[in-house]
Amino acid sequence: MQKFLLQGLFRGALTERAPSPDDAMLAEIGATLEKTAREKLGRSLAIREVDAGSCNGCELEIHALSNAFYDVERFGLRFVASPRHADVLMVTGPVTKNMREALERAYNATPDPKWVVAVGDCALDGGVFAGSYACVGPVSKVVPVDLHIRGCPPDPVALLKGLIALLNAAS
Amino acid sequence: MLFTRKEKPEATAPGAPECRPWARQDVDAGGWRDAAGEIADGKADLLSLWSDGVRVYLAFLPQGAAAPRIVSLACTEGRFPSVGALHPPALRLERTIADLYGIEGDGLPDKRRWLDHGRWGVRHPANAPLPIETASDAYEFCRAEGAPLHQIAVGPIHAGIIEPGHFRFSANGEVVVRLEERLGFVHKGIDRLMAGAPIAQAAKVAARISGDSTAAYSFAFARAVEAALGVEAPARAQWLRALIAELERLANHFGDIGAICNDAAFSLMLAQCGLIRERLLRAAANCFGHRLMMDRIAPGGVAADLSPEGAQALRDLLEWINLMVPRLIGLFGDTTSLQDRTVGTGVLSQELARQYACGGYVGRASGRAFDARLNVGYAPYDQLSFEMGGSTEGDVDARVWVRFDEVRASIQIVEQILDRLPHGPIHVDVPSAPSAPCEGAALVESFRGDVFVWLRIGADGAIERAHFRDPSWLQWPLLEYAIKGNIVADFPLCNKSFNCSYSGHDL
Ligand code: SF4
Repeated sequence: MQKFLLQGLFRGALTERAPSPDDAMLAEIGATLEKTAREKLGRSLAIREVDAGSCNGCELEIHALSNAFYDVERFGLRFVASPRHADVLMVTGPVTKNMREALERAYNATPDPKWVVAVGDCALDGGVFAGSYACVGPVSKVVPVDLHIRGCPPDPVALLKGLIALLNAAS
Repeated sequence: MLFTRKEKPEATAPGAPECRPWARQDVDAGGWRDAAGEIADGKADLLSLWSDGVRVYLAFLPQGAAAPRIVSLACTEGRFPSVGALHPPALRLERTIADLYGIEGDGLPDKRRWLDHGRWGVRHPANAPLPIETASDAYEFCRAEGAPLHQIAVGPIHAGIIEPGHFRFSANGEVVVRLEERLGFVHKGIDRLMAGAPIAQAAKVAARISGDSTAAYSFAFARAVEAALGVEAPARAQWLRALIAELERLANHFGDIGAICNDAAFSLMLAQCGLIRERLLRAAANCFGHRLMMDRIAPGGVAADLSPEGAQALRDLLEWINLMVPRLIGLFGDTTSLQDRTVGTGVLSQELARQYACGGYVGRASGRAFDARLNVGYAPYDQLSFEMGGSTEGDVDARVWVRFDEVRASIQIVEQILDRLPHGPIHVDVPSAPSAPCEGAALVESFRGDVFVWLRIGADGAIERAHFRDPSWLQWPLLEYAIKGNIVADFPLCNKSFNCSYSGHDL
């Protein structure tokens, strides 16, 4: 173990530069964020991730945000265990009917001010599962969505762009 | 002892599509019972049990055989002799048949709905759906009673970034007396989505059954379609498929080894393994255009070729991983605080692993030597040499060591593929419409274990029916056993060492 720790000391940082958000994302967020909310939050956001029916591909990339290359915490973005500690609900999947109530409850348990980020094509419009008897479809059909991050799954850079845009708008 | 089955079966009588490469046999109730009895007696391993609304199907692998068998039974009155009554591993599959098709196993001891939570607005949606008032069905959990026992309910939303499911613990103080799982939260209606879908669309859905196994599912789906239609992907495509599948396996094993150790509060391993995983995904994106390599394997071949620069980048990456692996093994094996949490934790007995025909690292860590790449065999694995890891300890520790074994095997395989990748085309056209309905099946080793696929293609070229059985179907029930007698706080660690798929199971 010592070897690992020593190497870590002498090696340069792996963390990469932050990507800059897309204009479209900034516009989407700008439309929903109120100034009062921005003042309350400061430069930090606590995120509760909710898998509402994903294939788990989106989760893999959300996990990747925490690896040393992206290191999402350096931006003040933190994944938390409870919706009660969260400012942001990050939702994936075509919202299955069996998960609908759980998603609603998580949303209601999140204190105001709060934002919903819908991650992945499934969360946007149901993706390849659109039209299934078992899926509600877009996340926006269940809870109001402030930002969509597209992709199947969106890669960590796309996720970071979206989250940084949200953070900038919120602070 | 390795073989591939490429021989084309002779044409069959119209109206009775033969399944390829493994023949399907229509049997009567007696024949069905015999097959179920063979499985229950341990003379054959259950691969899957499913329905298409008209028949029920049973796929199994007789002991020592390299070719699975499939038997089917016409369900005239919507009933069939229960397999689950004789053989518990079939229980959940049978409950699912009742949920989706309204076809019930006679004598099935557990009649509770499984994937159907009463929220779809229909009953048996895949077979003459019956509208119902949307509500939520009450679910009766098995009881564990006694003065010191208390229940802990967890989920469907868990504390981490993981998939949703519900766990009901009965505990005596800190010790788990019983765990009961309730799944189905991410049911997306795959069977129904498949019915009538054009092959290209169905391939997209198949790739999204379980995102962490997207390459394995695409591989299995492609092989089943090709078997049904009697086409063969070009040699280069077959080798590239294996390359893609092994990169997926490596990325998942590294990610999970790190995550397991992290659940034992050893985050250094997560950080180190996270680096390797990320570099693998970036290499995958550079070589094949997608980090998870989704939709890269398709019926007829592969969607992206490997450039010489891509091959060189993979070689460089492997060289670095080869340096890292012994260090990680040292770190895992020499850290006593970590061993303290993993050794003897969450033991799965060899007997249960055998009974459930449990695949992947979970089965191999409990003495079951099965790997679809070796035991059933498919191209190009019949031309590659590698060793399957194994252990008989059956604890969290053993499951991690087996994963290290598998990492080493995958590295060997990738090296062989890069050295010997044949030249030539990477794709052939699949016929848009076969001359008659046809059926195909495939068994492909995902990182988690064997994925079974069966499908029927109609005369119009669309998928008529398809069935996918994730390895998790046979691993989830075993987690209920493995956690018994452990403390509640060790559940995340045990759970992560199994890492069953929710999405792949819930379909
Ligand atoms: S968007 Fe793609 S990766 Fe994400 S859950 Fe849907 S199918 Fe899976």
